[in-house]
Amino acid sequence: MLIEMNGTQHKTQATTLQRLCDELEFDPLVVATALNGDFIPREERGITGLTNGDRVEIFAPMQGG
Amino acid sequence: MLELYGRQLESRLMLGTAQYPSPDLLSQAVRRSGAQIVTVSLRRESAGTKSGHAFWTLIQDLNVNVLPNTAGCQTARDAVNTAKMAREVFSTNWIKLEVIGDEASLQPDPFGLVEAAKTLAADGFEVFPYMTEDLVLADRLLQAGCRVLMPWGAPIGTGRGLNNVLGLSMLRTHFPEVPLVVDAGIGAPSHAAKAMELGYDAVLINTAVAKAANPAAMADAFGKAVEAGRLGFEAGLMPKQDTAQPSTPVFGAPFSPFG
Repeated sequence: MLIEMNGTQHKTQATTLQRLCDELEFDPLVVATALNGDFIPREERGITGLTNGDRVEIFAPMQGG
Repeated sequence: MLELYGRQLESRLMLGTAQYPSPDLLSQAVRRSGAQIVTVSLRRESAGTKSGHAFWTLIQDLNVNVLPNTAGCQTARDAVNTAKMAREVFSTNWIKLEVIGDEASLQPDPFGLVEAAKTLAADGFEVFPYMTEDLVLADRLLQAGCRVLMPWGAPIGTGRGLNNVLGLSMLRTHFPEVPLVVDAGIGAPSHAAKAMELGYDAVLINTAVAKAANPAAMADAFGKAVEAGRLGFEAGLMPKQDTAQPSTPVFGAPFSPFG
């Protein structure tokens, strides 16, 4: 299926947010996730299904002022 | 001693972590400043880069309090979602709430700020709102559940110091019991000292340290300026007056016409 991942088109076999994180080799404890603009808590990634056209965003710590 | 949301802090200087020439210079600056709070952010992470992981490890090694921000958010909804993500990643209820209303000046959106602050405070967050020095806005934010306020000195990154000293003084006088932090716009140690002399509880600096020729030395300078300004405030500044008053007693001075 085709999703939007951090603003760019991304082809994936992952059916859940958790599987997408695994596929992309993100450390699950150091990233936060959002689906279609809404925060998805870490413990809900495994039960959050992905469908074609979803907007997924994955965030990590960064410098800030 | 400074107390913010129940946490006791010896340092009244808060430091941003962005724009340093290198991670090592960031660490040196934080250590030399004596800051016990640093601000951090969340950004999109590219697959496999792990840059966020390395940064987070560096911050954890500094053993300071972390204050995540919602920089870049332009709506209350985005800010609330970002805050929730920051809470999960950084394991803290603290959030520096930024809702930007104008791209040119990066002026906070007061309406979005109050809306987001209400939602976040009700959800257990301890909110540090980045705001203008508006008294009514301050009151609304306190009603929303904020127990710290962070008015700007000048637009972010300008280094212009305290643009509205009178407004900042009025805010201080209006809310004597609320911890107030000048955030943004401070460009020189003297600006930070001035904020502290006004009775502000702390200042937050980023660009002025990060963009200095020697960030660690500038961090040290800001640490000292904040201490000096605070001590001056506590010591009680003399009242200003418009006419000269001789500091040396005139009576009995050599050749004095006054006797």
